[in-house]
Amino acid sequence: MGYVAVKGGTNAIEASIERLKYDRIKDEEILEVNTILATMKAMIDHVMSESSLYSPLLAALAIKQAEGSMEEAVFLMRAHRSTLPRLYYSQTVESESMLVERRISASFKDIPGGQLLGATRDYTHRLLDFELIDEDQNHNEQWLRDYKDKLAEIKALDGVQYFPKVVDYLREEGLFKRHEMDNEKPDDITKQSLHFPASRSARLQVLTRGQTGAVTSLGYASLRGYGQVHPTVGEVRVGDLPIYVAHPNEMEQNEENEFYIGEIKVTEVESFVPVTVKNEQNESELEFEIGYGICYGQNETKAIAMSILDQCLEHPEAEFPTHDEEFVLLHIDSVEATGFISHLKLPHYVTFQSKLDSVRQVKKGGFKDEN
Amino acid sequence: MKTNTHFAFFDEGSKKEIRRAILKAVAIPGYQVPFASREMPIARGWGTGGLQITLSIIGKQDVLKVIDQGADESVNAVSIKKLVQATTGVKLTERTQESSIIQSRHRIPEVALTEGQILVLQVPMPEPLRPYEAKEYQTKILHSEEDYSGAWLMLFEQIMKYGQTATGADHPVYVNNRYVMAPSPIPRFDNPKMHQSEALILLGAGREKKIYAVPPYTDVASLAFDDYPFAVESFEGKHCHLCGATNVFMDELIDHSTGETIYQCNDTSYCMERLNANVEAEVEENHV
Repeated sequence: MGYVAVKGGTNAIEASIERLKYDRIKDEEILEVNTILATMKAMIDHVMSESSLYSPLLAALAIKQAEGSMEEAVFLMRAHRSTLPRLYYSQTVESESMLVERRISASFKDIPGGQLLGATRDYTHRLLDFELIDEDQNHNEQWLRDYKDKLAEIKALDGVQYFPKVVDYLREEGLFKRHEMDNEKPDDITKQSLHFPASRSARLQVLTRGQTGAVTSLGYASLRGYGQVHPTVGEVRVGDLPIYVAHPNEMEQNEENEFYIGEIKVTEVESFVPVTVKNEQNESELEFEIGYGICYGQNETKAIAMSILDQCLEHPEAEFPTHDEEFVLLHIDSVEATGFISHLKLPHYVTFQSKLDSVRQVKKGGFKDEN
Repeated sequence: MKTNTHFAFFDEGSKKEIRRAILKAVAIPGYQVPFASREMPIARGWGTGGLQITLSIIGKQDVLKVIDQGADESVNAVSIKKLVQATTGVKLTERTQESSIIQSRHRIPEVALTEGQILVLQVPMPEPLRPYEAKEYQTKILHSEEDYSGAWLMLFEQIMKYGQTATGADHPVYVNNRYVMAPSPIPRFDNPKMHQSEALILLGAGREKKIYAVPPYTDVASLAFDDYPFAVESFEGKHCHLCGATNVFMDELIDHSTGETIYQCNDTSYCMERLNANVEAEVEENHV
């Protein structure tokens, strides 16, 4: 009998899960979660960002369990996320308070506070390093000792240096509009489903948890021709931001009563985008607007692409799909996109049978009334 | 670091939020209520909408049946059943009559549902107007203004092109004479079962973050023109090769030994029950 595909499901699933486990452990190597934590930082950052759950440990565990599949790891984290009670919202973070590791501007050579290259792969040559096949712990230790000796020779500044925003400098010149502080409570897209037109806070949330590849490719499409945003990167900064929550019971709120709950590493981008505006005499003038991008961890490509898309969505009047918030926001989520694409693997026998019936009826009796 | 999951996976706050959306859906038959759809341990597009409804309404006394395309033993039905059972410990069944909650993908069981039962349907695309209007913002306006000319035009165009309507599954329905609704991709054969259904029908779209409902005893009419009436899939002259049933939705199979096309009940538990009844009757006959 030919109807095995949707029967015997229980046995088939159990056997399949066993096979999966067998494939994972058959080579008798165990990858420690700590090893992933220490050596797969970029991947951890991607997973945390796309799952919008900041926890390097859980991300490392998800990567291990998913055997390195990004979509699977993000999926695991998101599913875990929905089991967690959400008790607090953190206080607003001013990103000037970032402990900066890296900060560059493509707009000005001489930005206040200076450029800080930090750790980046940008200027490495992408040649496979075959020595890593036989990496040696002793050798690494020696290298670390030498590095620390070198660091010791450098005179450190007293106190922590905070960097002002590049845009502040341009604002003083009147090239950027000064906006009123908008203290409206942001929407929470995880508690209320997205509705359109979406608020900017909702848009930024969707963008920052978007799939890195999807955000990048839509940003690229906009830049290349399917969009009207041509930005210059005003500032990319990578570093740690301190997070505080307010006292849950205290009636009187002040900064003294806030609790420091830890820090998160983020990449933040401000892109400068020239736009035409009308001045008071109704003459066209050029002015700059900011496209904003931010994401967990160090993921500069995504943050820059996000800043492009943020600016695109601020201008829905342009006739490009990258400026259409429903097109952008509803299709970049990793869990949604991969889930719906992969659901095509499920049986569709009933739906297909129904369509088959339609096609047959049409073939049999089409236009019989007219002819 | 071991953690136990809560009863029915969700925290109670999440369940309450989903139940509130369900109540609103019941109060406005056929209207798609947006809700903060949670990420589930099964994939988006694999029944997360239905699963969230089931998990938020299920209690310890409930008896659950899960089917996928008519089959209780289909891999995804098994997977969903396993998850609900692991987090709730409720009793599972394959018998439609025994169940209090039936989660189903793309079928309404052949056995008529009764008062007190709840049918939860998994929905991939909740928006019946999406085929001609991509934007959610616009379809919301169309619904609020009861502007369904596009839905009618779609059927009209099919008649112009093919001489008849050519919808497959998910043929749109008018609910309570107000909202046009996607019945989820159930075959047209199942559409009439929604009309004046004794059981509550809840529809959940997890990825699209919508919940909607057909409360018991609600009018549900499949969209059709007077001169081109609605027609269900035809299984005329066909019968199930196992149990001999007629007038049910059937799968088309090929008999590998003869190469002939044969038919079989799509609703596996219905078929099984009929087979068992036949056997019992035979046994009784022979032992009188």
